[in-house]
Amino acid sequence: MSTTDHAATATTSPGGTPSGTDVEVVVTVNGVPRSATVPARRLLSDFLRHDLRLTGTHVGCEHGVCGACTVLLDGAPVRSCLAFAVSIHGREITTIEGLAADDGTLHPVQQAFQDEHGLQCGYCTPGFVMSACGFLADEPAPDDQTIREGMSGNLCRCTGYAGILAAVKQAAGALRTTGADPRAKHDPAAGGQR
Amino acid sequence: MCRAVGSGTTAESASDTGDDGVKPPPFAYHAPRTEEEALATLGALGEDGKVLAGGQSLIPLLNMRLAAPPALVDLARLETLDRIAVTDTHVRVEARVTHERLRRDERVAAAVPLLRQALDWVAHPVIRNRGTSVGSIAHADPAAELPAVLALLGGWMQLRSVEGERTVEAGDYLLGPLESDTRPGELVVAATFPRPGVRTGTAFEELARRHGDYAMAGVGVRVTLDADHHVGDASAAFIGVGGTAIQVELTEVLRGQPYDALDKAEAIGLARASIDPTADIHATAGYRRHLAGVLLGRALETAVRHAAGQAPPDSGSAPEGPGPTESAAPGSAAPGSAATESAPTGHASGGYREETA
Repeated sequence: MSTTDHAATATTSPGGTPSGTDVEVVVTVNGVPRSATVPARRLLSDFLRHDLRLTGTHVGCEHGVCGACTVLLDGAPVRSCLAFAVSIHGREITTIEGLAADDGTLHPVQQAFQDEHGLQCGYCTPGFVMSACGFLADEPAPDDQTIREGMSGNLCRCTGYAGILAAVKQAAGALRTTGADPRAKHDPAAGGQR
Repeated sequence: MCRAVGSGTTAESASDTGDDGVKPPPFAYHAPRTEEEALATLGALGEDGKVLAGGQSLIPLLNMRLAAPPALVDLARLETLDRIAVTDTHVRVEARVTHERLRRDERVAAAVPLLRQALDWVAHPVIRNRGTSVGSIAHADPAAELPAVLALLGGWMQLRSVEGERTVEAGDYLLGPLESDTRPGELVVAATFPRPGVRTGTAFEELARRHGDYAMAGVGVRVTLDADHHVGDASAAFIGVGGTAIQVELTEVLRGQPYDALDKAEAIGLARASIDPTADIHATAGYRRHLAGVLLGRALETAVRHAAGQAPPDSGSAPEGPGPTESAAPGSAAPGSAATESAPTGHASGGYREETA
């Protein structure tokens, strides 16, 4: 617990916030408007985890290589460790917490990771699942090579990737069956429930 | 100070807002809403100001504390500088256009095929969704693809400041590793890529340990054939094997050769003698030199076939297969239509991705 006195300092120039001064960031996360007052240097990944207490988004390398922190920004997968929270003020974020149905039924991508053993320790899994959701929105019927390329931005140290690639393939089929948007919260009533 | 307050939102407690867990060094933050405001801010900041666009190169440097600019000027809230203009002579890309938006643009792929050929190699899709093409050139990483494209096509950068505007050609703009001719107070507003001429083919090849990572070596090639399909003009630009994109003129060693029976040995030898690779954990200098020659050979074959109209621009070993839809055949690359411009729809919500049904 520290700096909450965010209104104490004046700006130095138009639109400017001096170093050490906090800013209020308002974003829509998983359909819910959320806000917090944070330093401008707060990474989106830390904003989600520390300020909004959404710890499903994992942090690995923190320089854009591992993909564990991947979230959807206005429906497109991005690295949350390579964006400042203040830069995405006013926009929409989907995290791993926003995929399963309210009753706990897993999203087809999550279900596929479970079915195909697409995870072992699970640390990289939120990033893989979010990358897969963004990828499958662009490529509803990918072949094996396209899946490999599409998932190449995420690292896993346990599985050897075979289960992950199989999971993405299964999820693609399940989503094609229901026609659901892979980036949307799962709706069991819409069909395709396993 | 609060810069923005939404309505109907639930304010969270501002816990953990101290230095704990914070990776980037502190900086003053500016988020101008107009270009004029951006230029005024950059002018006032001078040496202290650093432009933040997509952040896919800058934020890693901040997170690792390899850079600590006193102030960042974020382009995120600008409502301009987000256009792609395709004219009869060139493609002009403004500062906020992301790699992925440029890569998916069918008009761009038809007008300047080398852009999509190179952009297919740029990082991973997730990085391309945020990173900007202009920002990548301004960053001037020696392993980045787009500086080579700009050099190979004879393109130029447009820079603005409170004192006015200047245009800098690729060769003068790219000075060295992470060094471009962007002066304090300047904003790089656009990059312009001239359309290649008739019977001109292009290709881009590179090799990385993992597709999407920085290449151990890469090369872009531009070849123009004469009416008899013999090489008239050829040039290559190498990445990852020197301090900046290294352009090697190949016309002297390839001129007059038939496109379907190229003798590439002299060109490859010239290229290997012209580059200056260094060793790192991924590859020795000697391996990089060898690799650059192999990639040049592949790229030349793809480019001459592209020029001869025997293969679509996206063929060869394009890493991610064809785009959402195939671009026009090479022979029909010039639409002869008036300039068209595109801007992303739904800007306010940042909906910058153009849906390709």
